[in-house]
Amino acid sequence: MGVIGSSIKRREDPALITGRGRYTDDLSLPGMLHAVIVRSPHAHARIVSIDAAAARAAEGVVAVYDGRDLVPGGEIKGVPTGWLLPDLKVPVHPLLAVDRVRYVGDGVAVVVAESRYAARDAADLVEVEYEPLPAVVDPAKATADGAPRIHDEAPENVAFDWQLGDREKTDAAFAAATKVARLKLRNNRLIPHAVEPRACLADYDPTSGELTLRMTSQNPHVHRLLMHLASMGLPEHKMRIIAPEVGGGFGSKIHHYPDEAITAWCAINLKRPVKWTATRSEANLTDAHGRDHATTAELALDDGGRILGLRVETYAAMGAYLSTFAASVPTYLYGTLLSGQYDIPAIHVHVYGVFTNTTPVDAYRGAGRPEATFVVERLMDAAAEVCGLDPAAIRRRNFVPPEKFPYPTQVALEYDSGNYEPALDKALELAGYDALREAQKAARDDPKKPLIGIGLSSYIEACGLAPSQVVGALGAQAGLWESAKIRVQPSGSVTVYTGSSAHGQGHHTTFAQIVADKLGIDPEQVEVVHGDTEKVQFGMGTYGSRSAAVGGSAIATATDKVVAKARKIAAHLLEAAEEDVVFDPAADGGPAFHVRGVPDKRQGWGDVVLQAYLAHNYPDDLEPGLEETSFYNPSNFVYPFGTHVAVVEIDRETGEVRLARYVAVDDCGNQINPMIVAGQVHGGIAQGVGQALWEQAVYDDSGQLVTGTLLDYAVPRAHNLPSFETDHTVTPCPHNPLGVKGIGEAGTIASPAAVVNAVVDALKPYGVNHLDMPITPEKVWRAIHLKGAL
Amino acid sequence: MAVQIRVEVNGTTYEREVEPRLLLVHWLRDELGLTGTNVGCETSLCGACTVLVDGRAVKSCTQLAVQADGSSITTIEGLQQNGELHPLQQAFWDQHGLQCGYCTPGMILAAADLLAQNPRPSEAEIRAALKGNVCRCTGYHNIVKAVRQAAEQMGGG
Repeated sequence: MGVIGSSIKRREDPALITGRGRYTDDLSLPGMLHAVIVRSPHAHARIVSIDAAAARAAEGVVAVYDGRDLVPGGEIKGVPTGWLLPDLKVPVHPLLAVDRVRYVGDGVAVVVAESRYAARDAADLVEVEYEPLPAVVDPAKATADGAPRIHDEAPENVAFDWQLGDREKTDAAFAAATKVARLKLRNNRLIPHAVEPRACLADYDPTSGELTLRMTSQNPHVHRLLMHLASMGLPEHKMRIIAPEVGGGFGSKIHHYPDEAITAWCAINLKRPVKWTATRSEANLTDAHGRDHATTAELALDDGGRILGLRVETYAAMGAYLSTFAASVPTYLYGTLLSGQYDIPAIHVHVYGVFTNTTPVDAYRGAGRPEATFVVERLMDAAAEVCGLDPAAIRRRNFVPPEKFPYPTQVALEYDSGNYEPALDKALELAGYDALREAQKAARDDPKKPLIGIGLSSYIEACGLAPSQVVGALGAQAGLWESAKIRVQPSGSVTVYTGSSAHGQGHHTTFAQIVADKLGIDPEQVEVVHGDTEKVQFGMGTYGSRSAAVGGSAIATATDKVVAKARKIAAHLLEAAEEDVVFDPAADGGPAFHVRGVPDKRQGWGDVVLQAYLAHNYPDDLEPGLEETSFYNPSNFVYPFGTHVAVVEIDRETGEVRLARYVAVDDCGNQINPMIVAGQVHGGIAQGVGQALWEQAVYDDSGQLVTGTLLDYAVPRAHNLPSFETDHTVTPCPHNPLGVKGIGEAGTIASPAAVVNAVVDALKPYGVNHLDMPITPEKVWRAIHLKGAL
Repeated sequence: MAVQIRVEVNGTTYEREVEPRLLLVHWLRDELGLTGTNVGCETSLCGACTVLVDGRAVKSCTQLAVQADGSSITTIEGLQQNGELHPLQQAFWDQHGLQCGYCTPGMILAAADLLAQNPRPSEAEIRAALKGNVCRCTGYHNIVKAVRQAAEQMGGG
């Protein structure tokens, strides 16, 4: 086995296990001030007045600014949205609210003081008088007649009205159907909860005009570009954004929020470094939330359980403003995935993006794809029930067969490669499916035993978010390629500069493996640099399970370019024609070039590298040095897939659901580091199980977030979960140089449907055909004891 | 009104004046520069700030620095002995028990408390002991494996 494919221990870890990891809030600068943002306690209100006199007079306070102070010359600087749809209503999103607040947590003022404690004290002294306005929080109600208008730009609170697929063909499929499965689904609103809250440290040098912003970012270059274009207006080359260690993101650190721009603005204005760090309750109010769909979905089938058509209507909450990639999530990352693993001849999806008086909603781990998988996989179980088929059988019957790849769906995508049945088979075998069904029967007949439920989820994912021409045509305001620069030092060690930006994924390890494998050198000879706009060429960052497939491919491509140049040098040294010289990274005695068919006529890699810098004995037409860059722009997304099986036990008396087992068989193509792949799957599963059973951002009717702390918002904890049983199949990606697909979101995409399918399966004897997430003991108890009277 | 405290941290005794309302975690991080202890919430619910106070796991975001007067504290920076990783640190590395690393110091110290009380914990006991520490990356799977490895290595197992 080569270095690629080995479970090498992570080189990130020695710093992190000894307390030497440096996260943003760990950093300090001389003369540093602390910012605290005063936030609206109302979901919707007119700002009558802001009186900051007492706050300004408080000990240690240096400045207090409100929304009007941040609009010198009257031009409101706001945070932009980065994905446009036709007729998208894009309201202005000022850095601090001017005249009106639109969700609990909307910033109204910023207090800057000599210490964290002084700033927090003074924030309470800022007197804001509000005139409360009626609020709306439910996406299904926001478009009703008489609903409060949130933005003048969107009179009916509709940000977009978007359709995909063929409506007529789908209607015809339903007309021809003999069976129909129909569900109303609520995809619960989630709060990301990266354990490190967002933070930033802004430092401005008035002599050079340079701003250095250290921040919790998944994509420093994208943040810099957005801040240049919209919120800050500083020249791009005068802004340096650094992502130090980042304590988890899950999407929440992709977006351009007002807070980092406010902090930077304070540092520029005060000419002193300013730090801002969110508290947890502040993070819960302001980190972009995820999901929040109200959906009606129908599947048309024939008597044999073959799918004829799929119809979906979704109201997707956008929250109070359009966050950075908000418009893409319930459209091109959702509607396009509704074919699942199935050969569906007709699909139509209609999505309304609606404003509500809530925290903005944007990409959260999976971003649209968990919602799509939930629709499809819940419908498959409902269809199995309607058709009298086993859930495994109906899936098998409708899988896209392996010979149909590349497979064009009815919803705009072309699946690159897939082989779905072996993954299902492996998952069923690992789970012991037949024995589980027997145990389930036995348990049903014994009232002393907990009910057993078995749930399947066969998911598809489009990830490696990338093909620039494609995403550009769909509304992205950015290209989604990735960059890599490979610098070979004269002594042969290598530095990799990647535009990908890790926050827990292990890039230092896996990216070094790619280069080490291709060059035949020790991974310890390879250093990986990322997360700093001054060190690294423009890059797109880490999200959408794109780092290995796009960032890794860029590294592989740049490494190939290095080898190609070195080959010219080797050919010169070997006095052979270039085309006759081959590179063997695994040669006896170390990596070397040799003349084809003559292994003894060789030049060691190290000698060739050194010659690139000496250039003494060197081709005339070649520049010295050995450093190559690749901007890798893939031709398609990648499409990982798999089948997960959840086994639940339900206490009939309390309604409590215990996740007894969880089996995951995933196919992400070739694996660079299987240990890291499995770790990504584990974490993803836990987040999806959290959505299914415990997590929900709850707003009351007045728009107060009543799950604003970890006391009310239940993230999964160690005792809630079993150890997971994971395995994989390997269907390489046919269109990238490593044959890899993404794995970061797979667990989160598959698991909500698997768990809900298992619970509904367990409750079949009680006539239950659906329960909304999170499936609390109360919901289950009511279903059992009140016969579904919810 | 500052208050005098005397606290041993990672083997060094500090005598300092602190504001009565200063949180222990801010004293450790901002005044002693021990930034290995992280803050993930302000309600003692995430466990990222866990340190050992007189050998027991304590969430330092909900304890005042003055309450630590007279005690002996171990943070993640003080866990290594003679330059050797503590078996828990080694096990978290070996078993891929961390991803972003933010919860890791607190998780390791909570586990250290567990193993001091119960050198041979079952999986269920490990999971119960760590329920006050949130990890959003690993799903806890490899954390449990790491604690088991450390327990074995430390002679329990």
